[in-house]
Amino acid sequence: MADKMQFDFVSPERRLVSAEVDRVAIPGMEGDLTALPNHAPLLTTLRPGVVRAYEGGSVMEYVVTGGFAEISPAGAQVLAEEAVPREEVTREWLDAAIKDAEEALAVSGEKARALAALRVNDLKALGGQLGL
Amino acid sequence: MPSLKDLKIRINSVKSTRKITKAMQMVAAAKLRRAQEAAEAARPYAERMNAVLANLARGANPDTAPRLLRGTGSDRVHLLIVATAERGLCGGFNSSIVRLARERIERLKAEGKQVKILTIGRKGREQLKREYADLFVGHVDLSGVKRIGYANAHEIAHDILARFEGGEFDVATLFYARFKSVISQVPTAQQLIPAVFEQDEAAANAPAVVYDYEPEEEAILADLLPRSVATQIFAGLLENAASEQGARMSAMDNATRNAGEMIDKLTIEYNRSRQAAITKELIEIISGAEAL
Repeated sequence: MADKMQFDFVSPERRLVSAEVDRVAIPGMEGDLTALPNHAPLLTTLRPGVVRAYEGGSVMEYVVTGGFAEISPAGAQVLAEEAVPREEVTREWLDAAIKDAEEALAVSGEKARALAALRVNDLKALGGQLGL
Repeated sequence: MPSLKDLKIRINSVKSTRKITKAMQMVAAAKLRRAQEAAEAARPYAERMNAVLANLARGANPDTAPRLLRGTGSDRVHLLIVATAERGLCGGFNSSIVRLARERIERLKAEGKQVKILTIGRKGREQLKREYADLFVGHVDLSGVKRIGYANAHEIAHDILARFEGGEFDVATLFYARFKSVISQVPTAQQLIPAVFEQDEAAANAPAVVYDYEPEEEAILADLLPRSVATQIFAGLLENAASEQGARMSAMDNATRNAGEMIDKLTIEYNRSRQAAITKELIEIISGAEAL
């Protein structure tokens, strides 16, 4: 498989990764998905989870709390609201994120409640996933 | 005619002023570089966000689109978010932003609209509070913040969005100075709510890529628009920080140069009066000797 895709990973403060990779796994709002080169154009929002970019035998892992991803045949662009390299994620950081989400849930209106609740659940699940 | 001693004191005082302005200029130059880097690093995110939203907004149904995009259907109450610096001594930086905001306030008032003001940064608050104290709805203090992070912008955006949801205003505009170069910072008014997307023509005319959306377009829009407000505020604050340092740098450069000129002038005057004093003493001695 000689095909490579361009992977751009951007946070509001800076560009974190811009590299050629084999494939990218993204925690989409409606389920995890993996983008390979020549993927059909897709725009999805992110739920809290881990973005993984595979290149050869190595893998880059970033924990994101939200944002969106734009996938085109040429590559994938992930715009994360907050992104932390997986090995730097601590229980405290996650707890703070969960607390924020719970506060948001507490004040959310009728319409936003389902989304906010989903977010709290996702963040809690993330802790188990990461083994924290 | 000031005495020799007075002149000497003045020269020394201007010299120490020059040292301070010189130091401030160098500090501003170092900070400017950092601020500029931060502003540039944040650009890819803001640009992408803008492009995606512009694309989505074009296809959105005007009747069912989120209120952040189509507005409340009225433009009676305006919220002006005025972002300035926490500190002065940066030339006309703060005043030029405030002037732009003031013009807008007067115009809106003349049109019979209601105006609310939210300031970010101490200097803008001081200047606006004098005239428009009754219009203030809030102030964001960033004096404790050394480096503006996305979290700061997020908090401000959160506050603004909560006010919007609460029906406190219809239109929100952000005032800040765009950084063009060290000598030129352009005060800018940018409308945040309802969202407008600037697009250059090439992008607007380019064939729109047909995306699959997950979840559907409107849900994405509803999710992204609040984020976009935070992103725009963040970008504005970063531009502002770079502009402030740029303005301070050129103001301090001017001040240093003026101090130098003043020292030269005072030194000439000092030397002249010293010469005059010596000549006078000589004349006195000579005429005294002749009289004997």
